[in-house]
Amino acid sequence: MGEPAGRGEPVHRALGLTDQEHERIVDGLGRSPNRAELAMYAAMWSEHCSYKSSKVHLRDLPTDGPQVLVGPGEDSGVVDLGEGVACAFKMESHSHPSAIEPYQGAATGVGGIVRDVLSMGARPVALLDPLRFGPLEDDRNRWLLSGVVAGIGGYGNCIGVPTVGGEVRFDPAHGPNPTVNAMCVGLVPADRVLRAGGGEPGDLLVLIGSRTGRDGIGGVSVLASRTLGRESEADRPSVQIADPFAEKLLIEACLELAEGGLLVGLQDLGGAGITCAVSETAARAGSGAELDLEAIPLREPGMEPFEILTSESQERMLAIVRPDDLAATRRICGRWGLESAVVGRLTADGALRARIGGQVVAEAPARSLTDDAPEYRRPMAVPDGLDDLVADDPTFAAPPVGPGEALVRLLGVPNVASKRWVWERYDSIVQGNTVAGSGGDAAVVRLEGSLRAIALSTDGNGRYGRLDPYLGGAHAVAEAARNVACVGARPLAVTNCLNFGSPERPEVMWTFRETVRGMADACRALGTPVTGGNVSFYNESGDSSVPPTPIVGMLGLLEDHRLRLGSALSPGMTLCLLGETFAELGGSEYSETILGTVGGRPPGLDLEREAGLVALLVEAAGRDLLGGAHDPSDGGLAVALAEAAIAGDCGFAVSLPGDLPPQVWLFSESASRAIVWLEPSAVADLESLALARDVPLARLGETGGPRMVFGEEFELAVAEAAVIYEDAIPRMFESGRLAG
Amino acid sequence: MSGARVAVVTFPGSLDDRDALRAVRLMGGEPVPVWHADADLGHADAVILPGGFSYGDHLRAGAIARFAPVMAAVAGHAERGGPVLGICNGFQILCEAGLLPGALTRNAGLAFVCRRVHVRCETAATAFTSTVEAGEVLGVPVKHGEGRFVADPETMARIEGEGRVVFRYCSPRGELGDEWNPNGATNHIAGVANDRGNVVGMMPHPEHALDPDVGPTGGQPLFESLLQFVLAEV
Repeated sequence: MGEPAGRGEPVHRALGLTDQEHERIVDGLGRSPNRAELAMYAAMWSEHCSYKSSKVHLRDLPTDGPQVLVGPGEDSGVVDLGEGVACAFKMESHSHPSAIEPYQGAATGVGGIVRDVLSMGARPVALLDPLRFGPLEDDRNRWLLSGVVAGIGGYGNCIGVPTVGGEVRFDPAHGPNPTVNAMCVGLVPADRVLRAGGGEPGDLLVLIGSRTGRDGIGGVSVLASRTLGRESEADRPSVQIADPFAEKLLIEACLELAEGGLLVGLQDLGGAGITCAVSETAARAGSGAELDLEAIPLREPGMEPFEILTSESQERMLAIVRPDDLAATRRICGRWGLESAVVGRLTADGALRARIGGQVVAEAPARSLTDDAPEYRRPMAVPDGLDDLVADDPTFAAPPVGPGEALVRLLGVPNVASKRWVWERYDSIVQGNTVAGSGGDAAVVRLEGSLRAIALSTDGNGRYGRLDPYLGGAHAVAEAARNVACVGARPLAVTNCLNFGSPERPEVMWTFRETVRGMADACRALGTPVTGGNVSFYNESGDSSVPPTPIVGMLGLLEDHRLRLGSALSPGMTLCLLGETFAELGGSEYSETILGTVGGRPPGLDLEREAGLVALLVEAAGRDLLGGAHDPSDGGLAVALAEAAIAGDCGFAVSLPGDLPPQVWLFSESASRAIVWLEPSAVADLESLALARDVPLARLGETGGPRMVFGEEFELAVAEAAVIYEDAIPRMFESGRLAG
Repeated sequence: MSGARVAVVTFPGSLDDRDALRAVRLMGGEPVPVWHADADLGHADAVILPGGFSYGDHLRAGAIARFAPVMAAVAGHAERGGPVLGICNGFQILCEAGLLPGALTRNAGLAFVCRRVHVRCETAATAFTSTVEAGEVLGVPVKHGEGRFVADPETMARIEGEGRVVFRYCSPRGELGDEWNPNGATNHIAGVANDRGNVVGMMPHPEHALDPDVGPTGGQPLFESLLQFVLAEV
C-alpha cells in the first residue's frame, strides 16, 4: 500500500483512487507504484480522463457517417465540409473550477477547448458558451455570472477568436452548481488534419509555450472527479491561472508549424498534463516514450516528479517532431517569443519512462495509463418521486392571469429575456466572418473566401431532463438541429457535454443512461453523429445536484450565406406555423413562471416529424422562399412571435385557433415546429413543399404595424415589449438587490 | 489602383491584423504585412496599427508596443506626413507613443463592449475622411474594454479648438447623447487626429465595416479616402 498521508489516509485515496483501483495498478505493474506513478494513474484513471462510469453507455451513441473524418477519442472530432475544408469542434465542461473561481475557471475552460481544436491543426474560428446558473435574485449567482462572463470575454476577446453564441439559463438547482461549458470550432484543410498516433520511435517530444508550475495539480482527479464540499474554497490552488496572451502566441506558432508540415502530431496539455499528452501520443502510435523531467522548463525550483508529471499549467502544447525538423520548429517558436524544449522522444518498447539525471523516477506501460482504467457498470435506479412529478401535469390548470399578462411576465424573466448583457461583453466579430452572432436561433460563420458558411447552436433544457431524461436528451439534439435549420443550414454533426451529479448515485446513473439513449435515438433519426464531447460528473455539493443537463453543440452547413434566414420580422409578410401545437405545458417556461410548478411530462417528440421539419426549412431557405424563421420551443408561440417582433421592430396580427385554450396554444412548447414569415406570393410554393414533406402548415396572420395583435385576446406594443425584454437582466444587476 | 501600398503591423497579440489586411485588399489597395520587429515599413505609402491586445495589454494597453522596433519607422513615416491609422489597440499605441494626444481608459461601464454604433464625422481635413462630409453619420462596430477617451482640460480645449476631433459617437441621426456613447468618452470622442491630419486614431473598427454580409459599411469611405490620399501624393 502507499505511504500514509495526513490523517492516516493512504496516498491513493487522497488522490482519488479506490482500494480496488490501487490493487489493479499493483497487479498491472507487478509491484507497488511509487508516488509519481500513483499520481499519473490517479490522473489518467480519474473519471474526467477515463470515462470509467460513462463509457459503457456512451457506446450507444452513433459516431459514424460519411461526413465524419475523426470521431470520438481524439482531442476534437472532425467533420468534412466538402471542397477540401474540414471542421474540428468540441465542447467541454469547466464547471467545477468556475464554481470556485469564476473568472479563472471560465477563462481556462475557453483556453483548454481552444487547444483541443488546435491539436487537430485547425484554426479556431468560433466559440460558444452554454451557461447555467441559479436565479439572479441571489447575490452569489450574480457574482458567478459576472465572473464567468468576464472570464470568457477576458480570454476569448484576447486571443482573437469570436464568441458567436451559447445560451444562458437559470434554475434553482444550478445555484450551488453552476454549469459552465465551452465549445470551440476550428477550420483546417481536409488533407492537413493532424491525427494522433502518427509518430514513430525516434521522433522528438517538444514542449511549447508556458513553463510548468505547481498550478492545477490534481485538477482532474480532485476537482473534476469529486463532489464539491464545504471545504472547496481550499481547492482554489487547484484552479489554473489563464494567460490568453500566451495562448494567442501558441495558436499562431502551432498553426505556422502545421502549415509548414513540421508536425507529426500535436497534443494539448490539459487534464493530467504531460502524463496524458505523452501517454496518449505513445499509446496511439503503438510506441513508448522517454521523458527527461530536467528538460522541462519549470516556473519554480524544487518541483517533485509527480508535480511535474501531472501539473495542469495552461498554454502548453506538445509537438511531435522528426529530428530533422527540430531546428525549423524551434525557430518558429522563437519568432513568436515562445519557449520550446525537447523533453523526450518516442521509443519502441511501449513504456512511458520519466528520468531525472539518467535515473528512472517513474515507469509504466503507456497503454495501461490510457486503456486499462476500470470500466464500471454502476447501479441505476429511477429517482424517487419522479412519477409524482410527472403526474402533476399543469396543462389544464386554471390560468391565474390572462395570456397578455402572462406574455409580459415571461418576456421579463431571465430565462426568456434578452441576454444582450452577456453577449455584448464578447468580441463576436474578430476574424471578419461572423454573418450572424448571438441573439438568433443559430450563429453563422462564413468560410473565408467562400459563399458557404457553418451554422452553430448549443441547446439543452434542464427542466425537460429532470422530468424525463430520455426526452431531455432527445430534445436537446432536436432543438439544436431545428435551430440550425432555422437559419437555413443543414445539420451535420454533434458534440456534447453531459453535466450530471455523482455517478455513484444510482438515480443519477439512471438519468445519465436515459439521457444518452434519448440523444442516440435523436442523432440517428436526424443523421447527425456525435463526433466527441465530454462527460462532467460530480456536479453536486452537499445534498444538491444539477438536474440532468445534456448540452448539445450542433454543426450545420449553409451552402450560400446570402440565403441565411434571420429571426427579425419585417412588414408585409404572411406569418405561418410549420408543425403542430399540442396541449403540452409540462416543463414549460409558462408552467414555471406563471403557474409556479415544474411538473408534468415534457413535450412529446416524433423524430420523423422533426427530421421532416428540418428538411423542409433547409429546402425552403435554399429556394429563397422565406423571409425569416424562428424556433418557438423556448416559451412557446407567443414568446417566439414577440422575440421576432422585437428583433425587427415590427408588429403583427395573428388569429388564434379555437381548438385549444388560448394560454395552451400561446405557451405550449411543442417540438418540431417553426414560425416562418414570407411574401404572400410565396405561400403557395411553401404549402406544396410542406405537403410533400408531410409537415402541417397553418397561416397565422400578417406582419406589420407597431403592435402585436393576438386575435381578440390581447395586444401589446412592440416598443413596450422591447423595453421589458431588453431591460430585465441589466436591471437585476443595477439594483443589485432583490431578496436572496 | 494597386499602387497604394498599405502596411499593417502585427505585434505579438495583434488580433485584427488579418482583418485589416483583408480590408485593404477589398478596397483595392495592396496590403503589406509588417512584423513588429521589422525596422522598416516595406516601402508602404500608409500604415495601419490594428486592433488587438499587443503584448497582452501588460502594464497598460499599448504601453509596450510603443517600444517595438517598427515604431521608429512609424514615427518617421508620420513625421514625413505619411498617413497612419490606429484602430482600437492601434489608437492606444499611438497615444502611448505621443503621436496622438489624450489617452484611452477603462470603459465607464467597466466591462468590455462589442456593439454596432454610429459615429458622426466632424472633419474632412484628414487623410482618412477627405471623401466624407462633416456631419455625415457612419455605421461601425466597437469592441473594447478600454476605449474611454480622456485628456487634461488644456489638451481637450486644444483638440476641440483646432478641430482635431474626427469622430463622435452619435445616434443613427447624428444626435449626441450619453445613450449613444458606448464607453463614456469625453465629449463623445471616438477618434482624433494630429495637427496635420495625417495621423488618426479611432476606437471603432472601420476594417469590420466594409462588407455588408458581415457588418455595417461605414468603413468604406475611410478606406476610399486613404487610397485616394495616397494616390494623390504619388
